[in-house]
Amino acid sequence: MTTFKPVLLWTDALLFLLVGMTVAGALYARRREHLRAPWRSVRRRPLGMAALVVLAGYVVVGLLDSIHFRLPLPRTDAAAAVDRLDYSIEVTSLLDVLLRPLKDHGEKTYSAPFATHLYAKETIERPDGTDARDFPRLRYGGAHLADPAADRGSDIAETALAGTLYGLVVWALTIVVVVTWQARRHNLAWSDQLGRIARGRTDTPWRVILSTLGGLLVCACAVGGLAAKYHVLGTDKVGTDVLYLSLKSVRTGIVIGTLTTLIMLPFAIMLGIMAGYFRGWADDVIQYLYTTLSSIPAVLLIAAAILTLQAYMALHPEVFDTAALRADARLLFLCAILGVTSWTSLCRLLRGETLKLRETEYIQAAKAYGAGAGTIMLRHLLPNVMHIVLITVVLDFSGLVLAEAVLSYVGVGVDPTTISWGTMINSARLEMAREPMVWWSLFAAFTFMFTLVLAANLFSDVVRDAFDPRLTSAGES
Amino acid sequence: MTRYLIRRVLYAVPILIGVNLITFVLFFIVNPPDDMARIHLGIKRVTPAAIENWKHERGYDKPMLWNADAPRAAKLTDTIFFEKSVTLFAFEFGQADDGRDIGYDIGQRMWPSLAIQIPVFLIGIVLYVTFALTLAFFRGTYLDLWGVVVCVILLSTSSLFYVIGGQYLIGKLLNLTPISGYDTGLPAVKFLILPVLVGVASGIGGSTRLYRTIFLEEMGKDYMRTARAKGLSDVSVLFKHGLKNALIPILTGVVVIIPSLFLGSLILESFFGVPGLGSYTIDGIRSQDFAIVRAMVFLGSVLYIAGLILTDVSYTLVDPRVRLE
Repeated sequence: MTTFKPVLLWTDALLFLLVGMTVAGALYARRREHLRAPWRSVRRRPLGMAALVVLAGYVVVGLLDSIHFRLPLPRTDAAAAVDRLDYSIEVTSLLDVLLRPLKDHGEKTYSAPFATHLYAKETIERPDGTDARDFPRLRYGGAHLADPAADRGSDIAETALAGTLYGLVVWALTIVVVVTWQARRHNLAWSDQLGRIARGRTDTPWRVILSTLGGLLVCACAVGGLAAKYHVLGTDKVGTDVLYLSLKSVRTGIVIGTLTTLIMLPFAIMLGIMAGYFRGWADDVIQYLYTTLSSIPAVLLIAAAILTLQAYMALHPEVFDTAALRADARLLFLCAILGVTSWTSLCRLLRGETLKLRETEYIQAAKAYGAGAGTIMLRHLLPNVMHIVLITVVLDFSGLVLAEAVLSYVGVGVDPTTISWGTMINSARLEMAREPMVWWSLFAAFTFMFTLVLAANLFSDVVRDAFDPRLTSAGES
Repeated sequence: MTRYLIRRVLYAVPILIGVNLITFVLFFIVNPPDDMARIHLGIKRVTPAAIENWKHERGYDKPMLWNADAPRAAKLTDTIFFEKSVTLFAFEFGQADDGRDIGYDIGQRMWPSLAIQIPVFLIGIVLYVTFALTLAFFRGTYLDLWGVVVCVILLSTSSLFYVIGGQYLIGKLLNLTPISGYDTGLPAVKFLILPVLVGVASGIGGSTRLYRTIFLEEMGKDYMRTARAKGLSDVSVLFKHGLKNALIPILTGVVVIIPSLFLGSLILESFFGVPGLGSYTIDGIRSQDFAIVRAMVFLGSVLYIAGLILTDVSYTLVDPRVRLE
């Protein structure tokens, strides 16, 4: 029997809190027409929904990677004697377990995508006992092939085809489920519903959603099949599979993109509304606070804060039990300090909006009825500035993901042991100069990051169009 | 106007004091000089004498805020806060950890930074406005649609990609310019081409899309409709009326970064090996040289605030509706 010891890192807890809040928010909005209306217009935009499907794929990977636990160590005699189970010091995630083959199939050093031989020559012993300088076979990549030169192409094609077919089957099943569900909802015959979706006549752009999903599924299954036999994106300097690194980076990107906003939101909302509502000296103080913070160049403030944290961690190693805990603390701290640099713009926006709203009739009426300042701010002002908050949250996401890479390059990003696109790019930036060129690490990091950021940008544009009343009144000019 | 300026400058003083306090807290309270010394001398096996010596060399061996042993006025001035933080107001940055004068280094290194940033800034503005104007002029056509698509793609790309891609494509593959390095005088130009190109390219997506929105907003206004209604051609409406008015938010929006130009760009300079202030900052961060980072934080804030004041002034210059009181 395998038991395991669950580990809840700080970022995990916050990430799941965020998921919970999103679900609760969705349930709340479902029952209220004025909140549903903008979301309905989001739902009708094909581009936005396609982007959302891609984003959902990333979120699933990120959440799988956020379920952490420690696996038990193989029993030693001493432990068995006292019937005790020792746990590995290494924190694994559910994603690690799913990607076990990728994680364990480490090579010695670089190897190109789909390669069967190492990137660098080594002295190997021939069967007849003589030594020769040649490219050694990989331990795992294409190890099942008897004659790599002849069989590799056909084997790759076959595996990819099998994976594609598998993906198509899963996709077909999904289509059946969706069509059945929709047919029942609209009281239509099954074939009619299928026809409507195929011709793109449905309210929600199911055709686009299902096509995007199909593309994702086929890609994932084909790559999944290949990844068991080859290193689809090659291996890096120490021989780790690049695909594994890229997938592990997803969580870091998502944590930075979402938790930063989550951490700064309470301050930005509270201070912004208070400044706008109370005016006077409260306004002065809050304005002074955010002008001061925003006048320090963001990179430098982050650098200063991370440097001090680094120094603190170096001198107080006893505070953190495991390396994973320390890396996680640094990630969270990075989110917090990024939050400090980014709450100012939201606070300014909220202050401006509150200044406008506090003069409206319904606020005046609430005041006349004797509602307290707290009630007015919480019940009347907060719901009416939420659209600004939502737009900011969605718009900020992509910028934060990109910022992580730059900060890691500067040396003030995530912990060097945390796998992220930034650390991947940082450690690979000199590889382009090698001969032959090692391009796959950079390619993988940039592609994964680009896809996430592009999807986030497309989705945020749709959300902004739906929620920003100023834009909708101006219309699509 | 003068009175307004004086008031704005005075208003900047408390903000700079705030910045100063933040850096002081970060660098001296959270991270006391003892810890700093230990990090620089190696975490383990440091003798107390070595720490005292390190602190004494840099003048960190004084009380933080209040020196009770000193004679009268020196009680306040003979402290770390006064000597290291307050002196920043006089732009005395002190010494870096390797003993070099930071103020002198900044004076030397701002020129390469300016040599990159000014061309990037000027070429950038002209190029982005031209692109945005083209898209706005052909609004609703396929050119506009695909232009916006390209913009979104460009702005979703990491800035590191532009640098690495540019170095590879132009420096290595086409062999047009040196990949990195710097020189003094005229030969420096060949080193500058690539960073400037990359700097301009990395801003295309975001700026073009933003300016296009500004142009479109301007074109939706009543006076534009009037101009068209009285029979002016699309071209003259856009260039004579639209451009002038839309440039107000664009120009005033970019004025804020002008003073910060000479801080340079962290990524560009360090990738291309340009000895400017950006790479100076990065080196300071990487070698954990707190004195350099502190100086750059303060300098950066001063320049940002100067940019804000310039923005307000530029409003009055280009927009007669705005009056400063």
